[in-house]
Amino acid sequence: MRNSKLVTLEEAIKRSGLKDGMTISFHHHFRGGDKVVNLVVDKLAQMGFKDLKLAASSLSDVHAPLIDHIKNGVITGISTSGLRGALADAISHGLMKEPVVFRSHGGRGSAIASGELKIDVAFLGASSADELGNACGYSRSENAKSICGSLGYALPDARYAKHVVVITDDLVPYPNMPMSISAADVESVVVVDSVGDSSKIAAGAIRDSKNPRDILLAKQAAKVIINSGYFEDGFSIQTGTGGASLAAVKYIREEMINRGIKASFALGGITAHMVKLHEEGLIGKLIDVQSFDKVAAESIKNDPTHQEVSAVEYASGQHLGSATHALDIVILSALEVDTQFNVNVLVGSDGIIRGAIGGHQDTAADSALSIIVCPLLRGRIPCVVPKVTTLITPGKSVDVVVTEYGIAVNPGRPEIAEKLKAAGLNIVDIKDLAAKASSIIGQPDALPFGDKVVGVVMNRDGSVLDKIYNIVE
Amino acid sequence: MMFVPGNNPGMMADAHIYGPDSIMLDLEDSVTMAEKDAARLLVHNALKTIDYGNTEMVVRINPLNTPYGKKDVEAVVKAGVHVIRMPKTETADEVRELEAEILKVETEIGRVGETKIMAAIESALGIVNAYAIATASPRMMGIALGAEDYSANLKTNRTPGGAELLLAREQIVVAARAAGICCFDTVYSNLDDMETFRKEVELIKTLGFDGKSIINPRQIEVVNSVFTPTEKEITKARAVVAAIKEAQAKGSGVIAVNGKMVDRPVVLRAERTIALAVAAGVISEEEV
Amino acid sequence: MKEAVAGTLESGDIMVTIGPGDGLQVNLQSSVAAQFGRQIKAVITETLEGLGIHDAHVEAVDKGALDCTIRARVTAAAVRATGKDVWKD
Repeated sequence: MRNSKLVTLEEAIKRSGLKDGMTISFHHHFRGGDKVVNLVVDKLAQMGFKDLKLAASSLSDVHAPLIDHIKNGVITGISTSGLRGALADAISHGLMKEPVVFRSHGGRGSAIASGELKIDVAFLGASSADELGNACGYSRSENAKSICGSLGYALPDARYAKHVVVITDDLVPYPNMPMSISAADVESVVVVDSVGDSSKIAAGAIRDSKNPRDILLAKQAAKVIINSGYFEDGFSIQTGTGGASLAAVKYIREEMINRGIKASFALGGITAHMVKLHEEGLIGKLIDVQSFDKVAAESIKNDPTHQEVSAVEYASGQHLGSATHALDIVILSALEVDTQFNVNVLVGSDGIIRGAIGGHQDTAADSALSIIVCPLLRGRIPCVVPKVTTLITPGKSVDVVVTEYGIAVNPGRPEIAEKLKAAGLNIVDIKDLAAKASSIIGQPDALPFGDKVVGVVMNRDGSVLDKIYNIVE
Repeated sequence: MMFVPGNNPGMMADAHIYGPDSIMLDLEDSVTMAEKDAARLLVHNALKTIDYGNTEMVVRINPLNTPYGKKDVEAVVKAGVHVIRMPKTETADEVRELEAEILKVETEIGRVGETKIMAAIESALGIVNAYAIATASPRMMGIALGAEDYSANLKTNRTPGGAELLLAREQIVVAARAAGICCFDTVYSNLDDMETFRKEVELIKTLGFDGKSIINPRQIEVVNSVFTPTEKEITKARAVVAAIKEAQAKGSGVIAVNGKMVDRPVVLRAERTIALAVAAGVISEEEV
Repeated sequence: MKEAVAGTLESGDIMVTIGPGDGLQVNLQSSVAAQFGRQIKAVITETLEGLGIHDAHVEAVDKGALDCTIRARVTAAAVRATGKDVWKD
């Protein structure tokens, strides 16, 4: 092709004009199976780059090799939705000089769109691309090597980054259409052996549970939804990836069939559960910023009513047209909830970073009804506490907290408490839940935080919500 | 009644959150010989410490003729257990022997008479002696069927329909009713077959049992849905109860609903329906 | 006193190994060490002292056990190590 953009990774980097101190970006649609971040940063290190700022939509266990690149000064700044595994542990112990900046998915999209987060070069993995850069999270060719479905978190990067490199493991003939990333936004195309292991998309956070406690929580969450007043024909829903939240979908489905109710759309990370309800005709449209398993990824490829959206279209607080503003009900999980209904989904009770903000802030703030589902205790770890270790989602956007010891309703939503009480649900004061937890496990000692800031938690509007300090052994 | 292995602290810590009427912590079949001592201590400490709310706490001890039985009694009575479940009960004398052991420990700690006994009947001899067992002690609160050992003892196998258990089940219900105590059916262990489980629960409810033993929280919902009276049954029962109150207010001995005289068995059944509805949380006590 | 073990590595349990020692030495590995390590060690020490044991080496691997479980496991390990039961024979 005359105007081919096909080059090697090294050539693409040289062409991009990347310099020390600049910002590079990545998406995390392959989750634990991602190979692009490590591949590109290894190459950048080899080429002698220093002082790069890494802006990822999220990072996970698989990105532990970044530890060495941070130690060697190749990477000196990180912004992300979350951190897990050895990298998170090292950063919590003070690995980096600059604190990591944590943003929600909607917050990241907004920050990129507004120019607050400037990206110099975006390296975007794709499961198919043509020589001009039309790219998708799936491939229609016989040589398809990977599939991740929606490329929603990569779309703001593709649109706003100064320079975009698409990295694919399946080069297909022009035109690769319909496409997610348009050739108009792409400067270079690089072909590699593998951009990601699709079998690991569903690994990590997502579990399908037979655990009786998850089932109990799921049933309670379903009862909350059914009796909340929002469970009417045409409602919309988003669920998280916790075992209980996935199981809740099963009970909601039964009740939708019983009452002859249909949902207008399901939003968010789309799972096989949601695809099933959609295919049964119980959910009209699927709005998908991230496909949470292979079934969802296949569905977005094949089903025109399963729509890919960018992080901005999904959950931007600034754009009133974003889908979260139309959302009725969201079920979310939590590491900790406090007696002011504030939620922490990022920092473990040991003070070590072990999660991601994801769309938590965004969906809680914009939805009509936000439900947090979490056990009162995980082993000896309390989940309902007097004060969260780190503030991620402010309590004023959280409506209901479902635990195995009772359901707490935000005092700001008395009408919901009334409805749930009338339905015979066990409504309790959130302070009583915190007291119950401490009566079972005792009073935890204060965490050994140091005085170095290792992370800054941003609110979705760009303001600072909280700081994370280093943990001292 | 939910069975929980006595050597599993994780399950013991929150078994009550699923809302079983009673929890049976097991020191017998689910605990290996090498772990009997550790399980006994675990159950003792759990009973003393964990707030199980209104849940009735039962411990299945090892038979008294094993090296573990008497220590089990001491450990659980000292921890304030509500009910001791005696396994493999065959005669009234065995119940009285357990009663004597309990009394010894109760006397030592100064709370005589609080511990109740439930006898599990798991053999042909036990079934033949069911009424004698049920009336062997004022501490007897119930008898239960243990179907695995029983069917082995009969030289037959368990079947989905449960034909082999029919006489035992009926005998246990009859003996319990004659003695004025409760009766509980055996466990159903295939967690993946909820349909057969439901049929079995429907069957034993029809036979007259007060409850079913379960091995997993997932089974609770089925048992509750079978045992919980329907709205129609509750409405009918309420009409009867209202008629009783009306008759009492008038000082009349004749109870009538919709102009028809109501017999005493109907009154009793109505009261039981209301009690079950309250227990299941379908209606509150104030509404009665 | 001989060396003895009680408990498991399952979630919600604690595995306690007790052997001869000089004074009470407790080594604890715990998934909740930061918040509960001090309390867990205190429960282990109190339980042993309650049993009249003042010299022992204890290795404990905790998986988020509640205090009542810790007491039960420490007692079981101590009974096995000393051969002296807490119940009547």
